[in-house]
Amino acid sequence: MLFKEILYLIRKDLVLEWRQKYALNGMLLYVGSVVFVCYLSFGMRSNILVAPVWNAMLWIILLFVSVNAIAKSFMQENRGRLLYFYSIVSPQGIILAKIIYNTLLMLLLAIICFVFYGFVLGNPVEDVPMFLLSILLGAVGFSTSLTMISSIASKAANSSTLMAVLSFPVIVPMLLMLIKMSKNAMDGLDRSASFDELLTLLAINMIVITVSYILFPYLWRS
Amino acid sequence: MKKNWWKVLAVVLLVYTVVVGMLHEVPRLAILNETIRNLYFHVPMWFGMILILLISVIYSIKYLRKPSIENDVIASEAAKVGILFGVLGIITGMEWAKFTWGEYWSNDPKQNASAIGLLIYFAYLVLRSSFNEQQQRARISAVYNIFAFAALIPLLFILPRLTDSLHPGNGGNPGFNAYDLDSRLRMVFYPAVMGWTLLGIWVVNVKSRLEILRQRLYETV
Repeated sequence: MLFKEILYLIRKDLVLEWRQKYALNGMLLYVGSVVFVCYLSFGMRSNILVAPVWNAMLWIILLFVSVNAIAKSFMQENRGRLLYFYSIVSPQGIILAKIIYNTLLMLLLAIICFVFYGFVLGNPVEDVPMFLLSILLGAVGFSTSLTMISSIASKAANSSTLMAVLSFPVIVPMLLMLIKMSKNAMDGLDRSASFDELLTLLAINMIVITVSYILFPYLWRS
Repeated sequence: MKKNWWKVLAVVLLVYTVVVGMLHEVPRLAILNETIRNLYFHVPMWFGMILILLISVIYSIKYLRKPSIENDVIASEAAKVGILFGVLGIITGMEWAKFTWGEYWSNDPKQNASAIGLLIYFAYLVLRSSFNEQQQRARISAVYNIFAFAALIPLLFILPRLTDSLHPGNGGNPGFNAYDLDSRLRMVFYPAVMGWTLLGIWVVNVKSRLEILRQRLYETV
């Protein structure tokens, strides 16, 4: 039952996104312009862009992209539609569907961002599959924690500021782990070196998903 | 008097901590020297902060199960006192770090983690202040409180253990227990932890009683 609900809700979000392409195109353009701005600010003298800076910059871009992309996941829904959902589906279904949908969206944006960034600023990554794994984990982690934060922020008055303020501290531990793991992948270290980070990231994701699953019904009621 | 014995205990323990902690013999250790007395002030702040934030989260959970003004007020006042303890912990820690590690802020993972933890709770206060309606404010900030606490735990306990830290007990440095928390330190350290925590609970108690009374007053006026 819950499973079916989630599938329907994801499909609804996908169809909605496909019909109003401006949101998706806006995000793509956002990714493109940010990367290009980085290129222009660094690019003329690309020798100063050493590997740690390259890595940190990519993750900061991804962080801002994800905050912007996910912030709208609850704010864009109008009141009437929320009331309609309230009467036909369970809150658990909604939060899980939103998390999965945001993960897919983030994955798409992150991979496009990585490809474009690597294309424009050069790609020093040695262990690409491992780096992609860290991007996958990053997309999952960002979308799980930001979805919950976005639903909290959407209830408040000035939600866009609040979204940033609430989400950054929560996301920092994840970001630090990700930067470390992707740095290992960039240097082509042995894969067992990133095992600790991998486990911690999975554990943090599990905690966040569980807590969101339990807490969302209370938010939903208002 | 019978009900308030723990307040007397808190005062006695803190007087004991300050007097004995400053005058009593401490182990002579290289680098630490006399600054080891900060153990009675810096470390209890973190114990107190974690415990008081735990109280805050428990009351947030209680609020979600059974909404009442009391639970909400206690949760928010406990969070504020937790922040106070956190700020004091950072200040005492920075002072200590200046004399032992050479810098106020040496990019130590535990220092960073505690700064991020404080940011989370400042965000909690900002979130609280952005609602006008009392019930909505109480419920949504309770949800964020629980969510943030769940995110804070890995930060404070797991992350510093994965990377190198200058703090004892992390990244290959032996913990205090291993070499220097000898019986002379323990004699003051445990009472200090209890005393500071009790003081924190006392502050929460007084502040939340005041706040509940104030809200009742506004309701009747």
